[in-house]
Amino acid sequence: MSTATLAAGATATATPSASRRQRTSPDARRRRVALVMLAPALLGLAIFFVYPLIASIFYSFTRYNQLQDPEFVGLLNYRYLFTQDPQIAAAVTNTLWFVVILVPVRIVFALLVAGLLARARAASGFWRTLFYLPALVPPVASVVAFVFLFNPGTGPVNQILRAVGIPGPLWFNDPNWSKPSLVILGVWVMGDMMIIFLAALLEVPRDLYEAASLDGASGIQQVRHITLPTISPVIGFSVVTGVIAALQYFTEAAVASGVASGKATVGGGTGSGLGYPGTSLLTYTQLLYTRGFTSFQFGYASAMAVVLFVITAVLLVLTMRRISIFRAEES
Amino acid sequence: MPARSTRAVRSTASRTTAPVRATARRRLAAALALTAATATLIAGCTSGGGGAIDKTAPAHLKGTVSLWHFFTDREAKVVQTAIDGFEKANPDVTVTIHAGQDDEKLQKAISSGQSIDVGLSYTTAIVGSFCSSGAFRDLGPYVKRDKVDLGDIPQAERDYTEYKGTRCTLPVLADVSALMYNKAQFAAAGIAAPPKTLDELKADALKLTTYNADGSIKTLGFNPLIDFYENSPEHWSPMIDGQWLAKDGSSLIGQSEGWKKLLTWQKDFVDEIGYDKLRAFTSGLGQEFSADNAFQTGQVAMQIDGEYRSAFIADQAPDLDYGTAPTPVLDGIGHYGASYVAGNVAGIAKGSKNPELAWALLKYLATDTDTQVALANGLKNTPTLTSALTSPKLEVDENYRTFVDAAANEHTLTSPATTDGAAYLKTFQDAWNDYQEHGGDLTKILKKVDADIDAANQLAGP
Repeated sequence: MSTATLAAGATATATPSASRRQRTSPDARRRRVALVMLAPALLGLAIFFVYPLIASIFYSFTRYNQLQDPEFVGLLNYRYLFTQDPQIAAAVTNTLWFVVILVPVRIVFALLVAGLLARARAASGFWRTLFYLPALVPPVASVVAFVFLFNPGTGPVNQILRAVGIPGPLWFNDPNWSKPSLVILGVWVMGDMMIIFLAALLEVPRDLYEAASLDGASGIQQVRHITLPTISPVIGFSVVTGVIAALQYFTEAAVASGVASGKATVGGGTGSGLGYPGTSLLTYTQLLYTRGFTSFQFGYASAMAVVLFVITAVLLVLTMRRISIFRAEES
Repeated sequence: MPARSTRAVRSTASRTTAPVRATARRRLAAALALTAATATLIAGCTSGGGGAIDKTAPAHLKGTVSLWHFFTDREAKVVQTAIDGFEKANPDVTVTIHAGQDDEKLQKAISSGQSIDVGLSYTTAIVGSFCSSGAFRDLGPYVKRDKVDLGDIPQAERDYTEYKGTRCTLPVLADVSALMYNKAQFAAAGIAAPPKTLDELKADALKLTTYNADGSIKTLGFNPLIDFYENSPEHWSPMIDGQWLAKDGSSLIGQSEGWKKLLTWQKDFVDEIGYDKLRAFTSGLGQEFSADNAFQTGQVAMQIDGEYRSAFIADQAPDLDYGTAPTPVLDGIGHYGASYVAGNVAGIAKGSKNPELAWALLKYLATDTDTQVALANGLKNTPTLTSALTSPKLEVDENYRTFVDAAANEHTLTSPATTDGAAYLKTFQDAWNDYQEHGGDLTKILKKVDADIDAANQLAGP
């Protein structure tokens, strides 16, 4: 056993390990680099999504007011939510109404306006700016302005209607008209959607239309077979974000209720005016907020949040399957 | 052979799925561990508070004490003036004031363990939650030790500042409701005096109501819609000496003949003018807390409102010729002269680092007659001490007198605290809103109100 033999033996034993390191090192290094680069996003996800989600699930099985230790109550919150809460039916119905009516109406109007603007030859910049501007108005300001414009007694809308012999409705003061009034507001501020549709429409290759035109396709056929399939991912995106926003609809409805009821105050808290008129503008997230911050029932509010999360997830999966924009083969 | 083949398939399948299952199990275990760790973390995030107090009050006060309150601008200056008086009387004490803090901020600050000594809230709705949770300390030991005379606080105010025997707050000024009426419109309609009963109220209101050529309302004598401005079950409760909850917390509303009679009277009143006409007229009125308030503009001749309206009128409609009178009552049920009272409550936060200083400041704000008078003169709310209500230093004019007398009335009532922020009031209000528009079987509606309130109480817990 000379030194040379020992060295040879050492080399012989070291060789497989070294070669293994050579084989795995690049992968491991890549993984480490990827992990480091993803770390901020993962950390954010853990803090702002995973932790609140788990916390909400935990609290949803407790009676909790933020002031005392949570007390485990089993399924009490969920039982009350599904069988006893007198306001839940109105809140769910109103919210679904906004999902089913507000989202499609906004998309259709945004698409129509974008279609017109895409064809505009003269002063296109002016028109695009004009239709986009309302989207820049803060939601609270736009709602306050709309409630005054549509004031049944003194608002200009009903004054014009009266001048032409039409008795205007009570708009934000009538349970039957309060939600449609917010839809009108939603259409007015559809600039955010419109600008995305406009960009998508301008990206549709012109030669497709020219070829279809040569083949004798009508305008409607061109829209149906060229425009809509080409911009379907953008429509899908709008549907998904629109549904999420409608499920979380809060500010516009809350401000409209406060102002129309005549009880708007600054710093006076929330609760009494929410839902006005009647419970026609009470949305799910407003009810969740009042349960948490007015009634100090954070356990129950957490149960509501968990149910909203599940419903949102289910609706989004169904929507995405329906519009098939997120399928791997298409992407 | 088929059996062996099946076994072989199973075996192959189990060999291929085993690592997958193991991975899935590991992931499940990791998720459960994460959930458990988070839950433990969450459960550990809450804190306790409170503690025993000294046997005697300190002979000399020294140190810094914080006061969180919700007032802003002019009103905050009034509070500052009162605090200046406290600091002058106790030269070694500094009060750190945090103005413009609403209940939501107060609750978050207390639950997160921030160093708050005295918290002043604008609503009695917090009392149930803050007393039962210990967010505000039990003042009982301090009251007993210092022999504070709670008898100087009127009964209704004593009631709404404690929850199930735990006194964690003291009242610091209150809002009292009464009838405000337009004297010029009364004179024009030939009405000599404000109504004392609901029948008189309705008759006067109809006489004072005028219509446009198209049949729409021009001016309204009294708006009977229960969601108009300060109209609410609470503010109408003196009309029938309304009761809310039994001692065990269960609802009494559905069993009350008074509430049933009041809702019937109100619905008849609404129907006599027409719900749609009233709604159309109401929706054209200005905001309650603005210069366009319908009473201030003369569009409504009578309304139930709080004593603070006088300050608004003095500032925004100084030429308005108006008077005040006790809330009219249902003959034989309500106590004329009584009112509904609720207001500001103050307590010592559980995390207070200077509870003795905090108690001294709280005692000064809530039980010192001159301080209460100074605050009431500045803020134009009613004092919450009988000695202050009768103090010659209290600036009382003819209109304010109605509220001062109502505050001192032995039949003046309030609504009890619950741990869910008196959510039963909203439940009742929603049912009433629906009834005034759609009508229905009132007995059945009120029974459902009872059932909903009882179920909500069960959710809220003790």
